[in-house]
Amino acid sequence: MTQSNLLPLVLGVPIVAAAAVLPLLVDGYWLSVAVYVLMYTALSTSWALFSGPTRYIALSTGAFFGVGGYLVGTGMSDYEQSYWTMLVIAPIVATILAALIGLVTLRLSGVYFVIFTLGLAEMIRNLVSWVQNNFLGSRGLYVLTDLTEVHIYWMLLAITAAVFLFGWLLGRSRLGFALRILGNDEQVAQHVGIDTAQAKVILFMTTGFFAALVGAVVAPRYYYIEPNVVFSPELSFLVVIMALLGGIHRLWGPLLGVIPFTLLWEVITIYLPNATTMALGIAFLLIVYFIPHGVVGLAEKFLKRGEA
Amino acid sequence: MDIVISGLLLGGSYALIAMGLNLQYGVARIMNLANGELLVLGALAAFWVFTTTGMSPLVTLFAVAILGFAGSWAVYRVFLVPLVRRSANQGQLEVDSILATFGMSFFLVGVMVSIHSEYFTYSFLASPVALLGTTVALNRLVAFCFAVLIGGGLYLWLNRTRAGLAVRAVAVSPEAAGLVGINVDRVSALAFAVGGMVTGVAGVLVSTFITLDASVGVIFTMKALIIVIMGGVGDIRGSIIAALILGMVESAVATLIDPGLTLASAYLIFLLILLFRPQGLFGRRAA
Repeated sequence: MTQSNLLPLVLGVPIVAAAAVLPLLVDGYWLSVAVYVLMYTALSTSWALFSGPTRYIALSTGAFFGVGGYLVGTGMSDYEQSYWTMLVIAPIVATILAALIGLVTLRLSGVYFVIFTLGLAEMIRNLVSWVQNNFLGSRGLYVLTDLTEVHIYWMLLAITAAVFLFGWLLGRSRLGFALRILGNDEQVAQHVGIDTAQAKVILFMTTGFFAALVGAVVAPRYYYIEPNVVFSPELSFLVVIMALLGGIHRLWGPLLGVIPFTLLWEVITIYLPNATTMALGIAFLLIVYFIPHGVVGLAEKFLKRGEA
Repeated sequence: MDIVISGLLLGGSYALIAMGLNLQYGVARIMNLANGELLVLGALAAFWVFTTTGMSPLVTLFAVAILGFAGSWAVYRVFLVPLVRRSANQGQLEVDSILATFGMSFFLVGVMVSIHSEYFTYSFLASPVALLGTTVALNRLVAFCFAVLIGGGLYLWLNRTRAGLAVRAVAVSPEAAGLVGINVDRVSALAFAVGGMVTGVAGVLVSTFITLDASVGVIFTMKALIIVIMGGVGDIRGSIIAALILGMVESAVATLIDPGLTLASAYLIFLLILLFRPQGLFGRRAA
């Protein structure tokens, strides 16, 4: 191991430490913005770890996030489990779900996968509402804990750090190497003996795991869980858009998209509350047409030009 | 019997939607995720014209057809051709077109919400008709007849005319079609525009018997995609049969179990197709 390989780790520790003391400096509104930044960073970084190399656009974040939040709600209200038990169960369930979805769709061309994930949040929401109405009784699901915004912030920070650590380890592992080959040319990858379907399924499981974990961690912020709220398709798109804005071919790329976009999104939801959907569409189009490789891609292009 | 009839009537409209999408994806190679929004746009137009002027949706249909054609043509030319040029291969184009049309779908939802943020409710031909021992709403029957007419016309156009032949050729292989002197760009734009037209018209028809709202488009996109995959990409006949199957399964689930589970039943079909016949019911396995 050379020194330069460990550089991200050396840099990462003080950054996480600095982020950890942030709640001591700010509170109220800015703390909630910081919670959103962390939430989206964890979600879009883990999204990009799968979708970046494989180029499979996963629109399932909202579904897994919803599974996380909903399981915490139903576990605490319907089965009288503790928050912490559900925090462990929820991501496991989501990981299994992701494995099943991956096994069915990831052997085939990317389009099938995109389509399957497109309606997934909506479909699970329908199923859950049906089960809720017919078998569990349509009582409200309350998530009452002693956790405050600061605790949630710290938990999200830990998850975000874990996502980065995982991404960094992945980049150095055999699986990461396999994924890079697979991303360049799937046929070549198959010919050199990589089980491409297996690699894709494993990575997809990790995005399911992290999304559900994040969903479970932020569930106490809602207090009252309703399937219509936690299974939000919009979340899937926000995650994709932020990752694309930042750039999906570098581990820290999505972070560069999350910070400006979360702030922009705050402004839009405050000043144009009725035009959020339209704004989301326009932002999407601008990114696809003008910065297809994200902020990272732009920066790298300028740097290259400077050298030449 | 009720289930079969109502499933068949529903399937007629689904067939139209899926045909539109199939032309766009099978020929122009654009996975159009804004397809459902275009459908809702057609529905909104029918609703808006009917409630303000009282004009029959069956008249609005023609205006929507023309606007849908022209609008889709323009969208293809302005927004999608650059993506086709930019992408090195089919995979890249798929990713780009998915993302771009996704942005468009959000934009359209936003526009429609700002025009009319509630349900598009209006009552048109809502009288019962006896049919084969069961009762159906007249509007469903009329919509089905129009769907059959339009679908049949489309089928003849594709199979009996020169332009249709060119469209089918591009569907099989854009490269080979180019070699025999077909203007692939033009034919792709044409197919995309016709697909948009059919989808918009289907929206008008659907709005007469289903209450829609601005955000429901994605469900129709999903169903259309499932039908196209079930029937086989580029296969119009397959789409029609698949649409009828989906219509019947949905109406069976809605009557026997719960109307809230229709999307879940569509997913179940999708799952079975992916597991057992990913090339579609009538498709051949790729070599």
